[in-house]
Order: sequence, then C-alpha cells, then structure tokens
Amino acid sequence: MHNTMPNQTTFTEARYAGESAKPAPQVRPICIAILAMGGEGGGVLADWIVDLAEQQGYPAQSTSVPGVAQRTGTTIYYVEFLPQAASANGHAPAPVLSLMPVPGDVDIVVASELMEMGRAVQRGLVSPGETTLVASTNRVYSMTEKSAMGDGRVDPAPFIAAAQKAAKRFVYGDFAVLAERNGSVISAALFGALAGTGALPFSREQFEAAIRRAGVGVDSSLKAFGAGFDLAQNGPAPQTPAARPAVVERTQGLLKAMDERIAAEFPAVAGTVLKAAVRRLADYQSLAYAELYLKRLAPLRDIDQRRGDSNAPLLVETARYLALWMSYEDTVRVADLKIRATRFERVNKEVKAKADQVLHINEYFHPRLDEIADTLPVWLGTLLMRPGALRNALERATSKGRVVRTTSLRGFLLLYGVAALRGTRPKSLRYQREHAEMCNWLAHIEQNAGSHYAMALEIAECQRLVKGYGDTHARGMRNFKLIEGLLPKLLANDDGVSRIRQLREAALKDEEGVQLATLLQGWNWSDATLAAH
Amino acid sequence: MAERSFKKEVQKLRAKEGEVFAGEGILAVTKALLQSGVSYVAGYQGSPISHLMDVLADASDIMEELGVHFESSASEATAAATLAASVNYPLRGAITFKATAGTNVASDPLSNLSSGGVTGGALIIVGEDYGEGSSIMQERSHAFAMKSQMWLLDPRPNLPSIVRAVEKSFELSEASNTPVMLQMRIRACHMHGHFIARDNVRPAFTLADAMNKPSRDISRIVLPPASFVHEDEKINKRWPAAVEFIRREQLNEFFGDPDGADGLVIQGGMYNTVIRALQLIGLADVEGNTEVPLYVMNVAYPLIDEELRGFCQGKAAVLMIEEGQPEFIEQEVNTSLRRVDMQTRVHGKDFLPRVGDYTTTVVLKALVKFFDRYRPELAVRERLPEGVRAALAPRPLTIPVRVASAAEMASAAPSQASAPVAALAPVPVKVTAPVAMEVLDPVMDVHARPPSFCTGCPERPIFTAMKLVQREIGAHHISCDIGCHLFSILPPFNLGATTMGYGLGWAGASAFNTTETSRRTISIMGDGGFWHNGLTSGVGNAVFNKSDNVLVIIDNGYSAATGGQDILSSKAENDHRITNLPIEKAVRGVGVEWVRVITNTYGIATMRDTLREALTTKVSGPKVIIAQSECMLNKQRRVKPLMRKLAGEGKRVVRERFGVDSDTCTGDHSCIRLSGCPSLSVKDNPDPLRRDPVATVLDSCVGCGVCGEVAHAAVLCPSFYRAQIISNPTRLDKLSKRVATAVIGFLQRRLATRELSHA
Repeated sequence: MHNTMPNQTTFTEARYAGESAKPAPQVRPICIAILAMGGEGGGVLADWIVDLAEQQGYPAQSTSVPGVAQRTGTTIYYVEFLPQAASANGHAPAPVLSLMPVPGDVDIVVASELMEMGRAVQRGLVSPGETTLVASTNRVYSMTEKSAMGDGRVDPAPFIAAAQKAAKRFVYGDFAVLAERNGSVISAALFGALAGTGALPFSREQFEAAIRRAGVGVDSSLKAFGAGFDLAQNGPAPQTPAARPAVVERTQGLLKAMDERIAAEFPAVAGTVLKAAVRRLADYQSLAYAELYLKRLAPLRDIDQRRGDSNAPLLVETARYLALWMSYEDTVRVADLKIRATRFERVNKEVKAKADQVLHINEYFHPRLDEIADTLPVWLGTLLMRPGALRNALERATSKGRVVRTTSLRGFLLLYGVAALRGTRPKSLRYQREHAEMCNWLAHIEQNAGSHYAMALEIAECQRLVKGYGDTHARGMRNFKLIEGLLPKLLANDDGVSRIRQLREAALKDEEGVQLATLLQGWNWSDATLAAH
Repeated sequence: MAERSFKKEVQKLRAKEGEVFAGEGILAVTKALLQSGVSYVAGYQGSPISHLMDVLADASDIMEELGVHFESSASEATAAATLAASVNYPLRGAITFKATAGTNVASDPLSNLSSGGVTGGALIIVGEDYGEGSSIMQERSHAFAMKSQMWLLDPRPNLPSIVRAVEKSFELSEASNTPVMLQMRIRACHMHGHFIARDNVRPAFTLADAMNKPSRDISRIVLPPASFVHEDEKINKRWPAAVEFIRREQLNEFFGDPDGADGLVIQGGMYNTVIRALQLIGLADVEGNTEVPLYVMNVAYPLIDEELRGFCQGKAAVLMIEEGQPEFIEQEVNTSLRRVDMQTRVHGKDFLPRVGDYTTTVVLKALVKFFDRYRPELAVRERLPEGVRAALAPRPLTIPVRVASAAEMASAAPSQASAPVAALAPVPVKVTAPVAMEVLDPVMDVHARPPSFCTGCPERPIFTAMKLVQREIGAHHISCDIGCHLFSILPPFNLGATTMGYGLGWAGASAFNTTETSRRTISIMGDGGFWHNGLTSGVGNAVFNKSDNVLVIIDNGYSAATGGQDILSSKAENDHRITNLPIEKAVRGVGVEWVRVITNTYGIATMRDTLREALTTKVSGPKVIIAQSECMLNKQRRVKPLMRKLAGEGKRVVRERFGVDSDTCTGDHSCIRLSGCPSLSVKDNPDPLRRDPVATVLDSCVGCGVCGEVAHAAVLCPSFYRAQIISNPTRLDKLSKRVATAVIGFLQRRLATRELSHA
C-alpha cells in the first residue's frame, strides 16, 4: 500500500463524513491567564473559576504547565469558559477551547506578584483593548535581586507605568499583605479582586459560593476575598512609597542640646542625616563620641559653604558614611543590640509568638581570634595576635561557631558582660585601626574637595565598600584600600571620576574580585594594584 | 508518598456507563485504561505524566478489584520490557513515561517488542514534553515510532478524543500486532474537561491464566532468522493491517468543505490551537465549525496515503502544521503526493518556524500568510481582532540586556577571570518581537524566575558546602545528574559542567580518570537516578575502571523532582512496596570501600569537611558520599498536620524558625549567595543611614537550620537567630522562663535608661 502503488493516479474516495458547516455568529469564550509562582495557589484560583463557570452550566476548561516549575518557578494557569449554557436552538454548546493564551486576546490576566505581572505584560498577554489586569504589587525577589552585594532590587515604577499603559483596566495593590492581614492566602484576595472588577458575568454571591463549595479555610478565604473585592471596587490603591521609616523622634534630653547645635551650625539639608547620626553614635558609644563626629564634619561643612551649594552634597554624603563607619560593627555592639528589650519585642512580633507560648531566641556567633583581639586593649590584642603557642591555642578554641540562647540567664549574662565592654572600646585595637583609616579617608576628601570636588564626592562614596563582619569586612576593606592606593593615578587621569566609580561598582559585583581584576587589567593598571596591596 | 494525593479523585474512576466524568486529562486516561479491560499497567514518573503514575498508585485498590496489576517500574526500560506480557498472550497492557527522556531509556526493549510484535494490545503512553515547560531535551517521540515502526497517536486535545484514542489504540495494536504509542501533550495532561464514561471492564483473559498456561512462540523472539522475517512482517503485514484499521475506524478526521481549493493538514494535538487561530480570523465558530478543509491526523504515524491523497485531490495547496523538528510528516506528505504525481503545493516549515512551540500566534501568522496567498479575497488580516493584530505586528525592538547578567556570567565562571571584559559586557540585542512596542515602554527589568530548591531543602546545604570547599582548595570539574539537585547549576550556586541523563552523573565524568593529576572530579547523583541506573552505570563502572573520583549521592528519601514518589531507599513505609533499603549497602555491595554516610545534610561544616576529605585523601579508588536528609516538601506534608494535631491536643510542640536582626545586618547578602533559600529574602533597611536592603527571613521558614550553619561555617555575620516557639509549655518551661525573665527584665530596664538609640 505504502510503497507498493507507484504512480497511482486515481484515488479511493477517502473522505469521511466531514463536519462542514458555516461558522455560526461568534460567541467568544472568556479567556483568563493566571501568572503565579509554584506553590502559590494559582491552581486553586483556576479551580475556583472553573467551578464558578460550571455551576452556571457554562462549558469550561483549564490547564497549566507545571513541570518542575512548582519549585518556586514561574507558572502559568490558563482558563477558558463559554458564557453560554445553551445556544439559540437549545442545545448545549461544545466549544473548542484553547489550551494557551493568545497575546491580544486575553480578557483577564491575574498576576500574583509584580515581576510576574511584568512578565505577562512583556509576553503581550495584556492588551489595551481587551484586558482587565489584576495584579499584586508585592515582591518575591529574584535570585539576582537578592544576591546582589548591594541593592539589586529592580525599580517597580516602570512596571506599574507599563501595566497602566498596557491594560484596559488595571487593578493593583499588595494582595499578599491583604491576605496575610485576613489570615488567608493570596489566591483568595485575588479572587475577590477579580469579582470586584465585574469583568466576569457572575455576582459576588456566586463567587463566594465557589469558595464555600471548595470547603477549605472557608472563613478566612471569604475575609480575604472581601478585602480584595473592596480594593478592586474602590479603584487602584494609592501608591505607597516604599516604607523608609523616618528617624524615630525619641529625642531625649541629652540629645536636645545636640539637635540645637546641629540646627545652628549645619545647613538644614544635612539635618536629617546628622540627627540620625548623632543618635546612632551616642547610642553606640557616648555623647562625647557624637560630638567628635560633628567636629570631624566641620571642615566639610565649610567647604560646601564656600562653594555656595545649598544642597551641601559632600557634607551630607560624608556625614552618612562617617556615621556608619564610626559605628562599625564589633562584638560589643552586637551584644549590646541583641540584649535589648525592644529587640526581644521585635523578635516576638516577627515570629508571631502568642502570649501563651514560650519563646527562646538563639544567636549564631562565630567570634574568631581576630574579633576577640580587636575588642581588647591594644597591648593585649597585639599580644594575642602574635604568632605562637598562645595564638594557636586560641585559634583552635575559636574554630567553631557558638549558639547562645539570649533568653536564658546564662546566655543573657554573657552578652550583657560583653556589651559592658563598651567603656573600654576607645582603647581597643580595632578602634585604633578603624579611626586611623577613617581620618585618612577624611583627609583625602578634604584635600581634594577644593580642586576635585567631584572626585571628593566619589572618595566619600567609597566607604560603601567597608561593611559587614569577618571575611566580608576584610574583603571590603581590601577593596577600599586598593582604590585609595590608586588615588594618585586616578587624580592624574582625565576620566578619574568615572574610573573610581567603575572601580567601586566592580568591587561590588562579585566576591571573588573577578570584575575588579578584569577592569584593572583592561586599563593596564594591574601592576599598580599589586603595589597597592 | 507522592507530592499530590489523588485519593479523592480516583473515586471518579468508578464512574458507570453514561455518567459524566469531569477531571484532569491524566485521570481520564486512567479511566480509559480501565474501560479498555487492561490487565497490567507500569511506568516511570516524570513530568508531565508524574501525576498519571500518582493516579495509578492511588487507584491501586480499584485496579486490584478489576484484577489489574500496577507497577512503579525501576526505569522506563523496565516499563517497556513489561509489555513482553502481551507478546504471547491476549493481555492488554499499558505503560507510561515522559518523552523523549523516557523513550530514550526504553529504546532497547521497544525495539525488541516492536520487532516480534504483540498479540494483546500494547500501549505506550508518553507525556510529550516539547516546548514550554520542557525540562529535558527538545526531541520528538515521532522518531521512535518511525524507527521501530510502532504507530503513534496524537489525538485532539479534548477528553472524549483522548479517551477514544486510548480505547482504539488497544484495538489498533491487536489488529496490526504492533505496539502503539499515544502521545499526551503537556497541556492536555493537566487539562480539566469532561467525557461520558463507560463501565470498567475486567479482562477476560487474566495474568493468572497466562501464568498457569504458559505458551511460547520462537518466531516472536528477536533472533535470526526470525528477526529478518519480522522486518518483512512489519512492512508487508502489520503496516497494511494498521492502515486498514485506521481507515475503517476513521481515527483521522476531516472537517470543513471537502471541495475547498486549499486546506490544512494538521497533527491531532494541534487541533485546538488551529481552531482558535481560525476563530480569530472569523473562519471558525466557537464550536469549531468551519468551511476551511481540515485533515486532522489523530494518527501521526503511519501516514494514510489514501486519506491524504483524497484530501489533496482538487486542492491547489495545503498547509502542513506539524510541531517540532525535523518535519517528518511534511516530508512524508511530499513523498506521498509526488509518488503519484499530484501537484498540490505543500507548505509547512516554509511558512512556519522550524523550531519552538507552535503557539496560537505562530499558527495565526502562518495562516495569514497562507490565506493571503491562496484566498486573498478573504482578507484575513482585516478580520483579526485589533489586539491580536497589534500582537502579530513584528516590530524591531531593542531589548536591554541587564548589566547584572554580565556579573552573573562572571561569577558563574570564576575560572575565566582572564576573559576580556568585552566578552562579558552587556550588548543590546536587536530582535523582532511579536509584541506591540508601545507596551514595553517604559522598559521593565523583568528577571527570569527558574525553578529552584524549596524552602528548607536538604540539598541546598550540600552545594553550600561544595562552594565553601572550592573556595579553600580550588575549583573542580563537577558532573551533574537529573533531579532537583540540578538546580545547583543556577545562581547562587553556579556549580556543574554537564548533565548527561538520569542516573548518569558519575558516568558523565568517566573520561576524567587519569593518574596525571591528583585533582579529582566531583559527580552528583540523586537517589532516584541511583536506583534508575546509576548503581551500575556510575558506581559499578567507577569500581570496575578503578576510578579515583568522588560521587555525592543525594539521598532525600524520594524521587523528589518528579513529585516525591517512593523508591527502594525511601524512608516512608509503603503498603504496596518494599522501602527502607539503604543505598550504602548497595554501594558497598558493588565494591566501593570508601563510603561516608552523612545523615544530616544541614550540618554544613561536616558536609564541607567530608567533601574536603574525599577530594584530598591519599586513599585511592572510588569515593562515595551519601548525603541523607528527607525532602523538605515531603517532610512538611507529613510533619505539619501532625504538629497541628499535637498542639491541638495540648501536647508540648516546638516550632522553629530563623530570623535576621536588621540592626546588625549590613546588607552584604553573603548569606543569600551561600544559601539561596526562597525564605531568605531582602527588605528595606530600617536604618535611615543605610541604603542597601537588609536580609530577612520570611514567614515560610521551616527552621531547617541552614542559615545558622552557613553563618557558622562561612563565618558570616551574627545577625541570624533561631527562634523556638513552644506551644503548650510544660511547668518547667514556664518556671525557668519566669526566673530568667525576672532577672533579664530588670537588667533590660537598667539598660534602657541609658539607651539613646533610634532602635
């Protein structure tokens, strides 16, 4: 048959009773795409919608491509139903429904997170003529965003702007918070918002009945549903800027005098930073320490005054970084912060412990010899760090991390004792070292502010590299000093300002220093680096 | 215990004649098997048919009632070999696995099966994982059907069609003595729909009948000269018989006006997509009624020449819509028409892209092209809904490449430190996007969100430890395997160079077996892959060839990536299977002497030290580390309800979770780079002087302990704390708490008097 009939020219009539009918007037199915992440309840939302439609006798179909995407990856659920239980001649319709959304032909897009919403818009699923977009603006950060050495989070503004432009109607808000507040999950809140848009031909009661029929966590789901419904009905939520808490104005008597001094001696623009800074430093060490801080800033204030720039950028930036540097993290500070009553309350709230439950807080410490020596007076610290039997023994003893239970008497008293070392801090090895570096840095800023103001600003900004504990701190300091060592070269270079910025950013790109090394190699500055080390 | 339970849904399998069955595609397939009087079912899990295996496992009782034997096979090859039962006996049998990964594994028995042919209906249900959601290579089962001359069904994606295809497949198999493959596309597997049920059928001839009266026929065994006869049989007997059956039963379908001057030839699985495209240009109504001639190949292989030629008679042109490559059907269509000198023009991959998913948009574009050429009077472009037209319009668009991606590339390849920066620098890519451009302006920085390790996953700390070891003693060649552990190739771990297949992690490093260096390779294998074939292909092979390298077996107690099914070494008790057999014994059994078992993968320091030892020890010979901790997804499903129950009964229950003190966190995120847990995220820095976000632990934390271990092992920061929340505390709990609180409270009040903080 297959190969045995060469050059056959007449054919058996092989047409079965084909269904040929003129297409009837179009009744369109309603198309709904749900973009979520695995394990977020997108499937539940799809099931509710299918149930809602079938309850009215509407033919419905849903599908998804879960695969391994269930492991927190992007997942898309797709539902279609025909809003018609019987056609004109009374027969139940048997629609052919699609298994995937068509860009430009999706009635409703539900997104459970801001970036997933962006993905829906980018894929063209949201179109201005058709689509009602219901999106939660909460963030589940991508690995790239989370693992950045600084702030790798994307700017949400373009997402909202793009969605506004792309959708016929755009309902958005933080449905995750809404759900949490009502003790439920995001799918219930989004389902409520979907009902609230009125984009589906069902009443609120019908929506709620679908939740009841599913029979899981009905009461809390209905509460979250109601909250979502209201959000959709009352229009888009006002855009709340990311919560950056203002400086807590728990000014105490002692700080008042200092606040007045700041107001009198420093430009208003630096007020917020300086007030926050003196509180931090007074808390960190003492009022006198805060005064030392203001004293160190005086020359920079004068430089900005002379330039007549009312924004005083150099003063403000340096003030911020100097405050952070002067309150460098050490064992004493950590112990001090860990034992506070306010901290206990915060943890209690964060882990949602109830009144009748007992809460224990266990800290993970790994103080190594370096940190211990750092805390001690210079002579003692130096002694410990001297190579020899003592050092080896101590290094062995500190090779493992420790878990301290702060809520136990023993643990608390231990940390209380360490925190009490605050008084001796200015005599410590670390203090001497940090302040020497600090003064060096300030001197570089001051020296260059007159002739190379932009460069001075960049030098100030480099303090950003120095943060963290242990290896992280050591790495940051190494990079900081490397750039400091390159300053003469940078100053001699026409695009020195751009280069110092590039160096700083490269240093923040990866832990291994690959980017930084590559950059220096590109400029043929690698030898200088070695010299600087 | 599988991830998803179908205990409730499987009751639908008892549906009687005439009842409406509503449910997922996989459930419908199971029902169709029972309606067909199947005697035995076997298979191996994997997306998208994992749920089919789970349904079958959960339906064990119902199947036993009907005398149906179900097996979770050791591998796809085992499953395919199971069909041998249908060679000599009139037993209907079905197997299922993921294509084409599974079909590759099953290739050997499938060749033998199809050579000798079958007496009872033999059905191979493959979950075709092509395109979106595909997790393994993008290949086609079609090639397997062609090379073994098995018939391939690709039914229209609606439940009545799928159910009919299952039933007819058995008949086709018996009519042509040939095994039949039924292809379930990924979306059809997970599709919710309806069909009218029929009664389940108890097989007339049972497994017991066969075992009690064994029979054999040497002419069915693949040995010369019988095997030469088989080839002749395939072409001259079974093929014509299949064609005859397919025509008689009208397995392929025709729609539209038979006298149309042009038409569409499509795979059954493409039907809904093609109809949607026709609906959008107003050439089909909502029920799929259309005047456009359609030849729907529910049988994708073999091609039925008469049907095709009949369809093409009087047509100037047809458009072949065949997803996937190479375009096997299109080539055959051309051959078939040219052989009889028919001049119908065949379009296909000249109008459609050679690669990728045939989405509705892709099909629509081809249809517009086709109708513009052959039916310009239809003016299909004008009929398009406005939104769709905008979406179709190809516009040049510059997609900005994120600068961060360069950094990722660099961190992914630290050994390439010397690569010129230009190679890593972001280059804007010009592409033609099928999306209206104005929509993309302003530009959103949308990141990919690939799947990754779950919250509290016991595998993550293994890779953290591996990262730490490599920091100490340098980079090693790492050979990966298939399984959840493959997520280690992604950020933040960036580990692994190749993955050659399921259970082939160690086999993939076989070449690196030389005495010229003391540096060893690391291979990864999951417990699923280990029992699938890794014990022989990897461990046995390494012993035999005197390998000096290191294998890490990730033993999480389940075939986790496919949905948590039980395997030989599962910790769970399973009424229908034997579990709890230790991997260590198997490894030692094939001759590995250096074996370390780590029973708590969360202990990063131990894990790191053991890895270091394996990589540096003077002992020669293969080294195997078995890293055991239960899959957290499964564990939580087991433990959470139990904890709730105990707490409800007033018993003492301790819940643990981690937290980060934002006033000591400096926003460096080393912890995230070493852990990557979904529960470990970032939030705005509450400190007004700082800008970088601080790390935070989300409420979803299950308190696995990795955060603390990482902080210790990598000497990170002291910001992590572990909270223990005790419900129903004992009297002793309360008393010691009261005493501590009295003293602590007093001291805290004293401290507060000198606090000048913002906190």
